[in-house]
Amino acid sequence: MKFLVCISNVPDTTTKITFTPDNKEFNKAGVQFVINPWDEYALTRAIELKEAQGSGTVTVLNVGEADTEPNIRKALAIGADDAIRVNAHPKDAYFVAQQIASVAKEGGYDVILMGKESIDYNGFQVHGMVGEMLGIPTVAPAMKLDMNGNTATLEREIEGGKEIVEVNTPFVASCQQPMCEPRIPNMRGIMTARTKPLKVIEPVGEGARTEVAEYALPPKKQGVKLIPAESAGDLIKLLRNEAKVI
Amino acid sequence: MSVLVVVECDNGEVKKSSLEVASYGSQVAQMLGTSATAIAVGEATEANLAKLGEQGISKVLYDAEPRLKDFVNGAYTKLIATAAQQEDSKVIVLANSNIGAAVGSRLSVRLQASLATNVVELPKVNNGQFLVKRGAFSGKAFADVTLQGDRKIIAVKKNSIEALHEAGKTAQVVAFSAQLTDADFADAPKQVVMQDQAGGILLPEADKVVSGGRGMKGPENWYLIEDLAKALGAATACSKPVSDVDWRPHHEHVGQTGITVSPNLYIACGISGAIQHLAGVNSSKVIVVINKDPEAPFFKAADYGIVGDVFDVLPKLTQAVKELG
Ligand SMILES: Cc1cc2nc3c(=O)[nH]c(=O)nc-3n(C[C@H](O)[C@H](O)[C@H](O)COP(=O)(O)OP(=O)(O)OC[C@H]3O[C@@H](n4cnc5c(N)ncnc54)[C@H](O)[C@@H]3O)c2cc1C
Ligand SMILES: Cc1cc2nc3c(=O)[nH]c(=O)nc-3n(C[C@H](O)[C@H](O)[C@H](O)COP(=O)(O)OP(=O)(O)OC[C@H]3O[C@@H](n4cnc5c(N)ncnc54)[C@H](O)[C@@H]3O)c2cc1C
Repeated sequence: MKFLVCISNVPDTTTKITFTPDNKEFNKAGVQFVINPWDEYALTRAIELKEAQGSGTVTVLNVGEADTEPNIRKALAIGADDAIRVNAHPKDAYFVAQQIASVAKEGGYDVILMGKESIDYNGFQVHGMVGEMLGIPTVAPAMKLDMNGNTATLEREIEGGKEIVEVNTPFVASCQQPMCEPRIPNMRGIMTARTKPLKVIEPVGEGARTEVAEYALPPKKQGVKLIPAESAGDLIKLLRNEAKVI
Repeated sequence: MSVLVVVECDNGEVKKSSLEVASYGSQVAQMLGTSATAIAVGEATEANLAKLGEQGISKVLYDAEPRLKDFVNGAYTKLIATAAQQEDSKVIVLANSNIGAAVGSRLSVRLQASLATNVVELPKVNNGQFLVKRGAFSGKAFADVTLQGDRKIIAVKKNSIEALHEAGKTAQVVAFSAQLTDADFADAPKQVVMQDQAGGILLPEADKVVSGGRGMKGPENWYLIEDLAKALGAATACSKPVSDVDWRPHHEHVGQTGITVSPNLYIACGISGAIQHLAGVNSSKVIVVINKDPEAPFFKAADYGIVGDVFDVLPKLTQAVKELG
């Protein structure tokens, strides 16, 4: 079975977010980029399923400029077989989805796995767009994924519960915990990753449909009002009479 | 031309987040000089749908097909796309829920519309420019985004828009059919399993949340969190390490890699306030922190704080809430 795992290159979760002085762009200076944490679930699960099947391939795909290659290599070190980079700035979700759909169609992949959402842009939309572009189902967000022949059984998270969904290949799923325990690269993986194929291709399709005009940081808090532990009950009175939230 | 609002219903009731979405949609309609029509999904009653007039909706379309009671991506997408075409809707508004966002992304491709999810404010519309503010960087920032093209889809983040309540106004409820076939239900769920929610309050919909971290010491102490939550009518939540070791279920984990919440009140008990945790909660209106360490970083993000032991403070708070009556 052919697995395609889409990975996004995002600022490390500890990053303090700042912008360029005109607030038009994210300030990359000094920022460490990582594989989007949700995408690690997709990657590890694809490798596990391939191993269980005893055959098949896991291809990682990133839409990004050359500076994403260290994280693509990391995905290869974790256990993907080969990689494709679409050489373009990921302008928006629609643009990215077109690239993924095009690669998926040409490569005839059976299972297309993504993360739940990117932690930088929080779109939660690339998977749905790709499913629609290819005319196949998308299951998002999936907490569990098992394969039996060409049929997948997934648990999809819904507000307040979960759905058990069955789909046949090809399909798209976006992954989140507790699907698996994301793997980290080992020494052997790191060595072999260097020689695994990484193909760079040029983008296709139309441009973006959205554009960021300006970024802003959340307003700063006024400062904390401390209540002595002995008179903890006073807090409740403040929440009712001052903050008016209860 | 009209604005189309997607309203999610459950057990006959319109979800709170959908009342916000309806209010958002009717205000956009007013800006554009048109009216707002709703398309309802899920299990609804005619009386509750008619009440959407209070949120400024003039007409509600409803397909009583029983298989639409549960979420089916294919069927919902076709239903809403058909309604959008019938109503010639240039703007579609839905909730940034697991249903709304999943359908929204498919619709954006099918209807060739631009899409913004996680939207937190009414749009700014002038000279044909359409600008929306959305959350980005997992709660650490906002982005003003222009939506291009003549069709737009907006998924509104929960608890960011105040629902309108214009008493006495009613919407006209109209039967609607998208002529759905079996093929549209191919990806219907085999089974739906609902969690046993503490006090029946869903975390993503909650306007008050009591949350516990490693400082709670173990799952056997969670009754302290639950008692306070129950007294307040709040949902319960936790930090990531707490769900990682299974003290609490995964769906309660908030933060950058869990769910983001934006309640009116977030009470953090024995949580240090790591940057990844703050990202998921810092759009809460009022944050209360209870921690025995006065240097805990969470105090910097808090509105109210108590430096103290949760085992001493929590029972006092629960008692004080009960005394309020
Ligand atoms: C510095 C910087 C600035 C950026 N600015 C913008 C911007 O202004 N507007 C904007 O829309 N995007 C921007 N991005 C790109 C963003 O990271 C995404 O690649 C893309 O926009 C999709 O984001 P999303 O949140 O909608 O994806 P989601 O729908 O949340 O992503 C779901 C899944 O899709 C897959 N996926 C997402 N992006 C990619 C990708 N590039 N390659 C392969 N798979 C992917 C992943 O599996 C991901 O888990 C920026 C990125 C960087 C690094
Ligand atoms: C990639 C990545 C993603 C992450 N995503 C998330 C996320 O989404 N959400 C999240 O929460 N974390 C996330 N984390 C983890 C995060 O970095 C912190 O480790 C975590 O939030 C700490 O949880 P905590 O505050 O419960 O525990 P601790 O940091 O151990 O804090 C416990 C606190 O309890 C206080 N305390 C102890 N005893 C008492 C008492 N008796 N009374 C009062 N106070 C007491 C202590 O002073 C301390 O401040 C992520 C980490 C990584 C690397």
